[in-house]
Amino acid sequence: MSIDQSTAARVAKLARIKVEEDQLPALAAEFNTILGFIEQLSEVDVEGVEPMTSVTPQRLKRRVDEVTDGGQQNKVLANAPDAREGFFAVPKVVE
Amino acid sequence: MADLNKLGLAEARDALRKGDVTSVDLTEACLTEIEGAGALNAFVHNTPEIAREQAKAADARIKAGDAPDMCGLPIGIKDLFCTKGVPSQAGSRILEGFLPEYESTVSGNLLDAGAVMLGKLNMDEFAMGSSNETSVYGNAVNPWRRGNDEAALTPGGSSGGSASAVAADLCLAATGTDTGGSIRQPAAFTGITGIKPTYGRCSRWGVVAFASSLDQAGPMTKSVRDAAIMLETMCSHDPKDSTSADLPVPNFEAMLTGDIKGKKIGIPKEYRMDGMPDEIETLWTQGREMLADAGAEIVDISLPHTKYALPAYYVIAPAEASSNLARYDGVRYGHRAKLDQGDGITEMYEKTRAEGFGDEVKRRVMIGTYVLSAGFYDAYYNRARKVRTLIKKDFEDVFAQGIDAILTPATPSAAFGLGEASDDPVQMYLNDVFTVTVNMAGLPGIAVPAGTDAQGLPLGLQLIGRPWEEGDLLNTAYALEARAGFVAKPRKWW
Repeated sequence: MSIDQSTAARVAKLARIKVEEDQLPALAAEFNTILGFIEQLSEVDVEGVEPMTSVTPQRLKRRVDEVTDGGQQNKVLANAPDAREGFFAVPKVVE
Repeated sequence: MADLNKLGLAEARDALRKGDVTSVDLTEACLTEIEGAGALNAFVHNTPEIAREQAKAADARIKAGDAPDMCGLPIGIKDLFCTKGVPSQAGSRILEGFLPEYESTVSGNLLDAGAVMLGKLNMDEFAMGSSNETSVYGNAVNPWRRGNDEAALTPGGSSGGSASAVAADLCLAATGTDTGGSIRQPAAFTGITGIKPTYGRCSRWGVVAFASSLDQAGPMTKSVRDAAIMLETMCSHDPKDSTSADLPVPNFEAMLTGDIKGKKIGIPKEYRMDGMPDEIETLWTQGREMLADAGAEIVDISLPHTKYALPAYYVIAPAEASSNLARYDGVRYGHRAKLDQGDGITEMYEKTRAEGFGDEVKRRVMIGTYVLSAGFYDAYYNRARKVRTLIKKDFEDVFAQGIDAILTPATPSAAFGLGEASDDPVQMYLNDVFTVTVNMAGLPGIAVPAGTDAQGLPLGLQLIGRPWEEGDLLNTAYALEARAGFVAKPRKWW
């Protein structure tokens, strides 16, 4: 599996990381090196093997469905780059 | 008492109990030492005022009697742990200015026990790295050097600052975290002890997430006894982490008898790598002999899927990272890029993440995005998870044969020079070849300093234990430590 520049650009877009056009060839080359290393996995016979979901066998704990926390609006917003009137502020989303 | 900063946790605890020293004395000694160690770049956010206050409070608590083991002991905290009101950046630009409104469970457990926080420690950005070279703070430096050569060496990574600080006696001990070897590899590179407990022993709550199914916190200390003391305080069941184990935490220190007669120690043949330096091979052989001398039975074993642990890790860890790091979007905390006219929210995300993340983090987030993307999910991510099942089964099989612990080298080499391995990401990944299997299988693993190479650099051995049996593992490590008799310290040049 070889990654070309347009695939690299698509991955960058999916990851929401801006990559300049002139950096795409180097990025594609790095991806190929890493994926080449990962490619070894295709040698392994995984027929009938379950993909791991939890490394220690456990059931998630259950608790009563009730509010246990809240009322911390100021703390939640304290680190926001832009918070106004009790909300996170972002650039316009809808045209 | 002179050189209080050089004490370990156990010695300092005992001296505090006897009234020979105060926590204020210990803390001042460490703060002075940190002041003079800028060249190591280990501490990146110093908290002397907090430390002095905590030390005073600890002294009062000790005086009143009934203080916990960690009370009054000055330690460093890896920057990955959220500490209330104190910068917690995970070594990243994207969390610049972030001041957590809460305390991580692990650091909270330590502080509740009376431990003194000296400051935050350098690390690879988001714990992604094996040399501490991906940090926004710049490289942490190993206090060890090759003989009289002045070339700066890596303390390893990602817990490089923690390793450097403990090895250089800037603090009595430090917290680390380990996703693929990030406690054990730096411990081995700096001649200290580091244990990664079983997945689920330490709460991950408040620890900046890298790969949630692999991340575990653990102590980095000057001895196995110290590791036992500090680990016990760090462990707890935490309802805020659904993967935290609801199991009693034993008194690990009380389990250090040094008696390992009749224990079966496995030597996995797959860990004999092509091109492994003779010194590592020799150290491994010596380790076998030490454990045999202590009365253990040495058994050759096979872990057939070892070779595939690292490539599977480099699918699973980036996949989880790409998901975990989606939260850094310039909205809730940390850096937001300056926008140009007409930029919308997508441009804000893309520019913020391009500016805020370093190259290695970007690389892993994008690899993770790729292996999870439509059309590749089965070929990469699901296959890697199946291989992970097989890796875990390898260990289950040998434990079912009666093996109590597994002895391996901790790293494939001694500490290398800063800048020597940073060109090729895959070459850098190979640092974790002996440690990453342990994270993949969720097992406890400990690195113990066991010797030096021809240039005088420390080398470590790793012991891998059964799940939840950290006490037994620490005891085996204690027996190994006693026989290895590693007492070398770096010559002070900083």
